[in-house]
Amino acid sequence: MAIRIRYFASLRETMGRTAEDINPEGIATVADLWKVLDEGRPLPDRVLCAVNQEHATPSTEVHDGDEVAFFPPVTGG
Amino acid sequence: MEFICLRDQPFDPYAELSAFTALLDTERQNYGAESHFIGTMRNFNEGDAVSTLWLEHYPGMTEHEIARIVSEERKQLNFGPALVIHRIGKLAPGEPIVLIAVFSAHRRAALDGTQRIIERLKHEAPFWKKEHTPDGERWVASNTKG
Repeated sequence: MAIRIRYFASLRETMGRTAEDINPEGIATVADLWKVLDEGRPLPDRVLCAVNQEHATPSTEVHDGDEVAFFPPVTGG
Repeated sequence: MEFICLRDQPFDPYAELSAFTALLDTERQNYGAESHFIGTMRNFNEGDAVSTLWLEHYPGMTEHEIARIVSEERKQLNFGPALVIHRIGKLAPGEPIVLIAVFSAHRRAALDGTQRIIERLKHEAPFWKKEHTPDGERWVASNTKG
């Protein structure tokens, strides 16, 4: 499946990239996807996620064509 | 009526309130109460001087999240028109970061609506602050308790 990944704020700097397009095999959830992106490491608690621009959780399913974003806790207002 | 927007340049919250009220025209007569919140950039944070602030956001999702928060709170509290303006980009101390205005027939919904929108915006809308201090740049890790 084709997935568009986006990173924001401190996580963008840590990962060293803003976005990437990947074609992972055999993954079902956001947590699975993170392992592919971070050399098998589990999704840290402090990393939040969104699927298709809506807040998601590690167990949210991902599908072909989705945009998945990872970011630190938000600090607006 | 509802007006939500992100600005990459400084704005005058009082001029924005005047413009929004003018837009309401005679509908304004339906609302006996209005409540405003203005958040401004401080020149200090966590004991350090802060000279500039960078506000990053998630284009598209940020606007949708604010709209969702306003819509859900309107259903709960039954208020009328609402205005939310939030800065992005580079800010200097003293510049407004966010303006929220809520109009309602009576005071309770306007006051509660304003407070709930700012609290939820701080926890749910994708914005991230990076500040410049005398020791260099740093990302703000979490919001203050209020």
